[in-house]
Amino acid sequence: MNVKLSVSDLDLYYGDFQALKSVDLDMFEKEITAFIGPSGCGKSTLIKTLNRMNDLVEGCRIMGKVTLDGEDIYKDIEVSTLRKRVGMVFQKPNPFPMSVFDNVAFGPRTHGVKSKAELEEIVERSLRDAAIFDELKDRMKKSAMGLSGGQQQRLCIARALAVEPEVLLLDEPTSALDPISTSKIEELLASLKKDYTIVIVTHNMQQALRISDKTAFFLLGEVIEHGDTETIFSLPKDKRTEDYITGRFG
Amino acid sequence: MVKRKTLAAVAVGSGKNETDLREPINSNKHISTKKISSIMLRVLVYLGVFLTVAAMLFIVVYILIKGVPYITPSLFEFTYTSDNVSLMPALINTVLMTAVALVVSTIIGVFAAIFLVEYTGRGNKFVSVVSLAAETLSGIPSIVYGLFGMLFFVLYLHWGISLLSGALTLAIMTLPLIMRTTQEALIAVPDAYREASFGLGAGPLRTVFKVVLPSAIPGILAGIILAIGRIVGESAALIYTAGTIAKVPDTALDSTRTLAVHMYVLASEGLHINETYATAVILLILVVLINAASSAVAKRMTKGKFK
Ligand SMILES: Nc1ncnc2c1ncn2[C@@H]1O[C@H](COP(=O)(O)OP(=O)(O)O)[C@@H](O)[C@H]1O
Ligand SMILES: [Mg+2]
Repeated sequence: MNVKLSVSDLDLYYGDFQALKSVDLDMFEKEITAFIGPSGCGKSTLIKTLNRMNDLVEGCRIMGKVTLDGEDIYKDIEVSTLRKRVGMVFQKPNPFPMSVFDNVAFGPRTHGVKSKAELEEIVERSLRDAAIFDELKDRMKKSAMGLSGGQQQRLCIARALAVEPEVLLLDEPTSALDPISTSKIEELLASLKKDYTIVIVTHNMQQALRISDKTAFFLLGEVIEHGDTETIFSLPKDKRTEDYITGRFG
Repeated sequence: MVKRKTLAAVAVGSGKNETDLREPINSNKHISTKKISSIMLRVLVYLGVFLTVAAMLFIVVYILIKGVPYITPSLFEFTYTSDNVSLMPALINTVLMTAVALVVSTIIGVFAAIFLVEYTGRGNKFVSVVSLAAETLSGIPSIVYGLFGMLFFVLYLHWGISLLSGALTLAIMTLPLIMRTTQEALIAVPDAYREASFGLGAGPLRTVFKVVLPSAIPGILAGIILAIGRIVGESAALIYTAGTIAKVPDTALDSTRTLAVHMYVLASEGLHINETYATAVILLILVVLINAASSAVAKRMTKGKFK
């Protein structure tokens, strides 16, 4: 397996507060890597670092190195190119207050696709890939705000897929959803794995166990342990990991 | 408990309707001091509503009664003469004045707000200073703007007493209002939209114009409606900047008289009081129409975007 994203010796500060402490982590191509850990331990902070969404946070300082296919994302790649290659899905579904079609077409249009036929093709393919085309094909022109939470989240996944990213980052994508929508998204991720490298934050350990290949356990800004999901869950090396996955804290 | 039960049994036994002897918990029987103060509050509230509505009704009805009988076709003739005080030129000038002033203040105000909200960090000192300044400016009496307009546009820039001087004075006057309402509207747009847009690789420019601004349009329109109201009703700031010539101007550098100024002049001349009331009726109708049109536009725009 090739390393797709690599984080080395990363320190991150919000003002004086150190949110990440010398993090080293590799994420492999066409695998699902899960970040687990109690809330406030820096999972969102790290995942946002991977497509530079932290640039928007005032007073955020980052030291260390993050590479995508060996290229330094803070030096060698333009931000908009990086975000096209590394897409993101957020915790709360955040469709734009536009039609379903315009939501999915927003990314391709941003990156210069103009032809209507081409856009239509991209939108249909992205919605199919996100397993929501059949549900939405008759309401392309309707506002996305009228969809259910689960549909909105899958629409957001389709919107992220529409720019043909290589990596998909998902920050607790199912925490605001009901169990049925959650299992639909889990199935979807399992099927997307063959084409994409996926990084997912979850505080649901069952979810990590069900869908991920690799797991990284975070505590107070540090990666305590990372490796094969099965190993982490069956034979954790660190006492703190064991305490967490057996539910003794967090 | 026992007693209540037997009483209920008696009531049933006597063939009467079943009655519960307990006091309904929502009855008004126990008036405490707390209740009295709440009744007083209620009376005050009703009194306030009544006075507001009554004052408004009185003004509107009074103007209608005094003015409507004098609305004649001659009042709408294209030229104003001292015998026939036609309001048509003033009506056209009002529309012109509003359009020019609004275009200027909306463009500057919206861009200033975009800069303050989207391009400077939250909690920035500069932003709070500018906001405070805008707040202060919007409280200044309009005659002060008129004085400034006269000194700067009319005298310093040599534009004379003209449509342009008047319109720019009004633009400056309504600028803080439009900027503040736009700022509020932009701040109310959820950050989640911005994140989503940036997350797809869009730059700040595209994010602002394709995502943030469309969501903020209803709020911005509300500000524009308020601004229209101020412009249409303004007289003090215009008398020394746009003047009182009751004629549709040939160029932007000619003097013009808007409806509100027209009324002021007619009333102070004192020769055409009836026509003044008729003009007031037209001004009233104009304001109502503008408000209705703007809110219809706002509604349609929100529907198109969000439904
Ligand atoms: N924008 C910010 N400014 C300051 N502190 C922040 C910011 N975002 C997160 N933090 C802090 O950084 C720590 C990690 O947050 P986060 O990455 O969101 O945790 P998680 O996603 O694991 O729950 C928390 O203590 C949080 O309070
Ligand atoms: Mg989080």
